[in-house]
Amino acid sequence: MKFTIDWLKDHLDTKASNDEIIETLTMIGLEVEEVEDQANVLNDFTVCEVISAEKHPNADKLRVCLVNTGSGEPVKVVCGAPNARTGLKGVFAAVGTYVPGVDFTLTKGNIRGEESNGMLCSERELMLSDEHDGIIDLPEDAPVGTKYVDYAGIDDVVVDIAITPNRGDATGVYGIARDLAAAGIGELKDGAVKSVPATLAGPGDVSVDFRFGEDEPQACKMFAGRLFKGVKNGPSPEWLQKRLIAVGLRPINALADITNYISYDRGRPLHAYDADKISGQFHARNAKSGEEIVALDGKTYQLDETMCILADDNGPLCIGGIMGGEESGCTAETTNIFMECAWWEPLLIAQTGRKTGIVSDARYRLERHADPEFVNPGLELATKMILEICGGEVHEPVVTGEVRSPEKIIDFPLAEITRLTGLKVPFAEAKAILSRLGFWVAGSGDTVKVNVPSFRPDIEGKADIVEEVMRIVGVDKVPVDPLPRLSGVAPKMLTTIQNRRRLARRTLAARGFHEAVTWSFISEKEATLFGGGVDELKLENPIASDLTDMRPSLLPGLLAAVGRNANRGFADVSLFEVGQVFKNDNIDGQLNYATGVRSGTAKFAQVGRDWQGKANKVDVFDVKADALAALDALGMDVNNVQVVAEPADWAHPGRAGRLQLGPKMILGWFGELHPALITELDLQGPIVAFELNLDAIPAPRKKASKAKGALEISDLQPVRRDFAFLVDGAVEANKFVKAANSADKKLIQSTMIFDVFEGEHIGEGKKSVAIEVTLQPRQKTLTDEDIEAVSKKIIAAVEKATGAALRG
Amino acid sequence: MNDVISLDTLREQITADIENASDEKALDAVRVAALGKKGSVSGQLKSLGKMSPEERQTAGPAINGLKNDMAALIEAKSATLKKAALEARLTSEKVDVTLPLQAGPMQRGSIHPVSQTLDEITAIFSDMGFAIAEGPDIESDYYNFTALNFPEGHPAREMHDTFFMKAKPVAEGEESNGNKMVLRTHTSPVQIRTMENQEPPIRVVIPGRTYRCDSDQTHTPMFHQLEGLVIDKSSHIGQLRWVLEEFLKAYFEVDNVKTRFRPSFFPFTEPSMEVDVQCDRSGNEVKIGEGNDWLEILGCGMVHPNVIRNCGLDPDIYQGFAWGMGIDRIAMLKYGMPDLRDFFDADKRWMEHYGFRPLDLPTLFGGLSS
Repeated sequence: MKFTIDWLKDHLDTKASNDEIIETLTMIGLEVEEVEDQANVLNDFTVCEVISAEKHPNADKLRVCLVNTGSGEPVKVVCGAPNARTGLKGVFAAVGTYVPGVDFTLTKGNIRGEESNGMLCSERELMLSDEHDGIIDLPEDAPVGTKYVDYAGIDDVVVDIAITPNRGDATGVYGIARDLAAAGIGELKDGAVKSVPATLAGPGDVSVDFRFGEDEPQACKMFAGRLFKGVKNGPSPEWLQKRLIAVGLRPINALADITNYISYDRGRPLHAYDADKISGQFHARNAKSGEEIVALDGKTYQLDETMCILADDNGPLCIGGIMGGEESGCTAETTNIFMECAWWEPLLIAQTGRKTGIVSDARYRLERHADPEFVNPGLELATKMILEICGGEVHEPVVTGEVRSPEKIIDFPLAEITRLTGLKVPFAEAKAILSRLGFWVAGSGDTVKVNVPSFRPDIEGKADIVEEVMRIVGVDKVPVDPLPRLSGVAPKMLTTIQNRRRLARRTLAARGFHEAVTWSFISEKEATLFGGGVDELKLENPIASDLTDMRPSLLPGLLAAVGRNANRGFADVSLFEVGQVFKNDNIDGQLNYATGVRSGTAKFAQVGRDWQGKANKVDVFDVKADALAALDALGMDVNNVQVVAEPADWAHPGRAGRLQLGPKMILGWFGELHPALITELDLQGPIVAFELNLDAIPAPRKKASKAKGALEISDLQPVRRDFAFLVDGAVEANKFVKAANSADKKLIQSTMIFDVFEGEHIGEGKKSVAIEVTLQPRQKTLTDEDIEAVSKKIIAAVEKATGAALRG
Repeated sequence: MNDVISLDTLREQITADIENASDEKALDAVRVAALGKKGSVSGQLKSLGKMSPEERQTAGPAINGLKNDMAALIEAKSATLKKAALEARLTSEKVDVTLPLQAGPMQRGSIHPVSQTLDEITAIFSDMGFAIAEGPDIESDYYNFTALNFPEGHPAREMHDTFFMKAKPVAEGEESNGNKMVLRTHTSPVQIRTMENQEPPIRVVIPGRTYRCDSDQTHTPMFHQLEGLVIDKSSHIGQLRWVLEEFLKAYFEVDNVKTRFRPSFFPFTEPSMEVDVQCDRSGNEVKIGEGNDWLEILGCGMVHPNVIRNCGLDPDIYQGFAWGMGIDRIAMLKYGMPDLRDFFDADKRWMEHYGFRPLDLPTLFGGLSS
């Protein structure tokens, strides 16, 4: 909402400075977004006279002008305007002047061989209007050399404020003046509108029918109209044009300018129809499906049953409360008009506005709830202005429907202000503020009755009244008060899952991964490839065609990031994300995952080659290590985690595994990416990945004591023995460890696989597995016989479990 | 006398041999030749047995003296040779310590600024006794709007540029309520979920992903918000100001930050305010806590009585305040990233530049940032 300080002072009697006004506006909730001092912007432009204008020797459409700027020698300027002529008084900009309409600073020029030392300006170049057919042509008596802003009286300050959706009353300058007056910036002038007596008998040959079905939404609740005869719709007076231009509106003709003026002055939109273009019965109804209208913006809009229109026997004339139709609009030839001032249901205006996509000044105001008590005064104000500016005669108004705004009285305990804000405001002050805002306060006890004015439908209860008082007193007056602590030492803040996410992040970053944050939505193709793509997880209105589905996995986003990095020349990256994946649209269908990918040579110990070693490719064991390290950091005993050869759908079937506590307690997956998937996603392998479902990890058991169990260490040295077995190639290495460990649980501390190989010399389909078993004696040093005995047990257990044979 | 002379000669010879030994091996040969079983000095010692007691009295000490002297000389020479050998080895063992090493995993990895900022925020609010509450990204219309006092069709809803989910097929016999699920446009639905599930006093902060159908340099269709909620029987705007001002000082790590609370409008708070912080925009980056400009940083207010009522609490008994701000936005303000869209691109170079070290853990005792 734009207005000028000059305009504001039509309604506000104040001696406050512009700065005070601007500061106050923001502090009472009418946030100033921009202030433009017109005189400042145009300060360097001066009145000049063209001494001579000759045709440019090398260009037919250009003229070389000698310009008297009022100081110093005449200046040579090349000008393309058709009206540049000898003797013209115009507006001159010297070299170095910033020209706002074209957004550049003038420099010395050479145009087709002729020097040019400045500019003769059009109105558009000064941002005074859209006029650009020629340069400004001032009256002959304009004094050469004076500042143009002084000559033209341009001294206004334009203020642009943001109006929150609840403040329909502040969409007019009068409402803004009322708020400022309440805040002590001057006195609000009387805004009462006197009714204008008709000069013609009766309402004339118009009436307004409401044709709404019983169950239909009725956007138009009240329609006041008035017929004018013999008006002259010429240009509006200069003062009016000047104001409209200042707030960014284009003057059109007197009638359009008057309606725009009242819209900005009072927040009261109106619409003028050319009465001669209405055929038959004028009425308000909901549109029929299939009807369309060419609106004043020249565009055709399809209408439907939810939209209220004004129509005649031939069809729609106006999209009610949004925008008029082109055909029934007023032109310079219009002499008879029908002026509309109606009250519209704000929610239905908002709905139609959304559907048509029209952003108009009328919609802006009406969807913020125009004052129902100002329908008739609005029409009277228009009548007064039309008769003054356009002349003609006027009939009696016709009014159809009514808006009943029930009296709204709120019982307001004065203590409520202190309860909600901590601010102590004396009753007299609170009462005075509310009165200045247009409220009526009755009573004098602890609880008073506050009557809410019709232009403030946003005020519904006590809290709203507290806000009114507080915003006028000033939020900065509210004393800052510490929030008392609830406990001495703050209790634990994070839940288990929050802590898991935090630990997973730090652990993976410490393993060389960059933490990525990728979109929660991915393409349908990606979603489908990773087990998603269900309807309930699709967006109805995605922002882009590749951001349509809520992700079922963090992998697609990370893999896309791997691809982007590779395209930038970084093929070796390790990325992880800890975030939400979506299995369905229920609250428990959203799970927390920690997922990582490594590509190229981005291994844990080394990335790429260096002088100590060659670049090794990432493999499945890199991500197995990552996943187990993360689980360990989250407090899992990884010795209890089962690793099984059950690949995820995205993985290479022979180079992937699953982490679990049991077949139904699956913690995650790791593996090399399936080669077909790498091709499908247009990536470059090798890529390895892991996924951990952080929600699947069982909650830690509650222990009675934080104390760790006693430490048992032996003074006796451990003994290590190696065993090599020949076994079928398909037997999993895990079994060797398990079997060996179980051979003598007391004596055997651990088993490690230190060698695995396959080769022709040990036979087709066979492999050799060598283990090192550590024995930890507890009571006495082991004798050769002891060791021999346990070795036999180990060999027997392994052979039994794996079908292997000890190698000789 | 011959014997005495020959002892002297022997001494001279052995001494010269020791002197001339160029390495430990040569020295050992000298030792064996002199002091070994068949060595020259050992031979002299053996000759003592054939002597008369008188002869022995003079020759004994002389021969033993020679033996001891030679042994000492050899030991001294051995030490010299060892030292020389070590020096020679050390000279030959020089490596080029300027050879570069790869960065280790801890140096390569990084934490995203959104996570780091959230950890910083968590550290501050943990000290103030807040807990963290969370809720789902896919929300019902009720939690995202209706319960938060957004009337159906109200322009305030439109301002949210909501993403809608496709309607789920309705099971036979069931009736669709016509309300589609939405991607939450703010973290405020978690206010409702918290008040529904927890008895006051409530003190929570609510971080999370939020979504709006919007994209430019400072808007992305997905972003992160942090909501705060305090509900009890006495919390008011004066305390809201204290919480936010203390938070801003702690977060931006400045001694003082001027704030400006402007009345504003949100459907779910009344009174509502927007908060600007003092900043300096004169340089290339925005500096918080200095200068003469204002920068809008968050929205806040007293929880609307309708919202309190919607959660089954009596607004005449319970009251409190709430606020919301952009985590990405305050991260950008503190750490100077110019474009929000880069946050979600996972460009290795961006992460290396703007990311944080894995063990750069924000705490109040160690400082929020290093």
